[in-house]
Amino acid sequence: MYYKTRGYRIFNIFNTCFLILLALMCIVPLLHVLAVSFSAKSAADANLVGLWPKQFSLEAYKKTIDNPVFLHSIWVSVKRTVLGTLLTLLITFLAAYPLSKENSVFKGRNVYSWLFVFTMVFNGGLIPFYIVIQKIGLMDSFWVLVLPGAVNTFLVILMLNFFRGIPKELEEAALIDGAGHFRTLFSIFLPISLPSIATIALFSMVFHWNSWFDGLLYMNNSKQFPLATFLQTVIIQRDMSSMSVNPKEMELISQTTVRAAQIFIGAAPILMVYPFLQKYFVKGMTLGSVKE
Amino acid sequence: MRTLKKTWQFHVMLLPAMIFLIIFSFIPMLGIVMAFQDYKPWLGITGSEWVGLDNFRYLFERNDSMQVIWNTLIIAILKMIFNLLVPFIFAILLNEIRKAAIQRTVQTLVYLPHFLSWVILGGILLDLLATDGFVNQILGSFGIKPIFFLGDNNWFRFTVILTDVWKEFGYNTIIFLAALAGINPSLYEAAEMDGANRWKQTRFITMPSLIPMAVVVGTLALGNVLNAGFDQIFNLYNPLVYQKGDIIDTFVYRTAILNGEMGFGTAIGLFKSAISMALILVSYRLAKKWAGYRIF
Repeated sequence: MYYKTRGYRIFNIFNTCFLILLALMCIVPLLHVLAVSFSAKSAADANLVGLWPKQFSLEAYKKTIDNPVFLHSIWVSVKRTVLGTLLTLLITFLAAYPLSKENSVFKGRNVYSWLFVFTMVFNGGLIPFYIVIQKIGLMDSFWVLVLPGAVNTFLVILMLNFFRGIPKELEEAALIDGAGHFRTLFSIFLPISLPSIATIALFSMVFHWNSWFDGLLYMNNSKQFPLATFLQTVIIQRDMSSMSVNPKEMELISQTTVRAAQIFIGAAPILMVYPFLQKYFVKGMTLGSVKE
Repeated sequence: MRTLKKTWQFHVMLLPAMIFLIIFSFIPMLGIVMAFQDYKPWLGITGSEWVGLDNFRYLFERNDSMQVIWNTLIIAILKMIFNLLVPFIFAILLNEIRKAAIQRTVQTLVYLPHFLSWVILGGILLDLLATDGFVNQILGSFGIKPIFFLGDNNWFRFTVILTDVWKEFGYNTIIFLAALAGINPSLYEAAEMDGANRWKQTRFITMPSLIPMAVVVGTLALGNVLNAGFDQIFNLYNPLVYQKGDIIDTFVYRTAILNGEMGFGTAIGLFKSAISMALILVSYRLAKKWAGYRIF
């Protein structure tokens, strides 16, 4: 066998080391941030922190939590994530059912499919979209974070492909017994679709938690920002005006450690759902690639 | 079966989605008429002056916008190449690891950056890649002078492409791993019988089996040729590197939203959307022809 040869064994050792090194490169930056966030200002400012905290301190987290704007931004993010995900789930679930039917069963299917696909292929661009948001009065409203992203064609396709895998007999039995399509969808399809629904919910949650540009673009009041947008202005644009600390306090607390703490808090929910993400997203990724 | 023919329920089910599509996708499409206007917010679409193709002419006459289109193409195409090549090789190497525990751990770690936003990663990278940051300290210990990765026009594109590959290569590997799992093991057994070593097996069985998938991924990526990654660039760039790092999307944001040249911004957006659409249509046709790929 090839894997018993000396050459292959040597290759295998190098290969394993190389891949482990690559894997570490994906996680080390995050560990570094975590270590900085728990370090004292002096150590962080002198760039002494590697992957383990130097002079352990919770000061950065205390400062972060003390900031009401920061706390409110977490609340906005949680709200948009929950509401946005629920809305997306409902719309996707409803729309995918008719689209999963054969053309012979649902005559209008093709027209609808093309409308959906067209939005994937073409868009009006940023400026007309911005004007529409302005005209319908969503500017500075919380709902601008929830409504525009509610329909995602990619997720609809994911759902409808799952529906297509459900045996036809199930549906036919329900219809013969006198159930309407709504009843069939919610009593028969819903319970067996839970894995797909979980996949869609996870995609949608990550999307909402990570979205930052909509807040920046459509909200003028930085006190209403979701967390991702708040972090963008504080961490990337280094705009400390939304941190409610006076210059004296500023001296006490190192910006580096506070930034690190904020970055970590921003990443934490993603890290928490990551085990589930990993379980489900492979399905989404390989969608369409392994079809007859 | 009469009930099957009652399709009114289907239309009702599609209604919510259609309302959202109309408001947030189709109405903005009508807004592209602004590309042919000198749009003034106080005059609106009906009141603004029509200028024909002036915005487009302006787009091709301005030096900065040509530079921006050029930057976008270079960054996007290099990203496409490396985001195909690196996962291709990585998947093959990962597949060689026989210990399932190591394989799974490596997978878990490399998929992670994909799920973090560019705000988070940008925040981390701004610190790590600073002239006195972690990376330059390591380079310094080898006697290399500090490199201003995010503020030097000679380094910015390199940094953008490298960090994008770093974020996405794990996730992009998934699809190749799926293809690898689908290779018939008897092919390897037969090759083994014929005395082929592992490299020969890789060269003549594994790689050819992955090529169709690589073709599909590569063709489908064509539609992104003008998408150089707004989220990433916007969170990493600064005025020092506009010359080499400014792309269409960031340029539109600054000229239209910040400077108020709405008509001009719409024209660039339309230019981008139209080219992208053409490329997507061509690429789907090619993917279907070459690899039997069908999405809808």
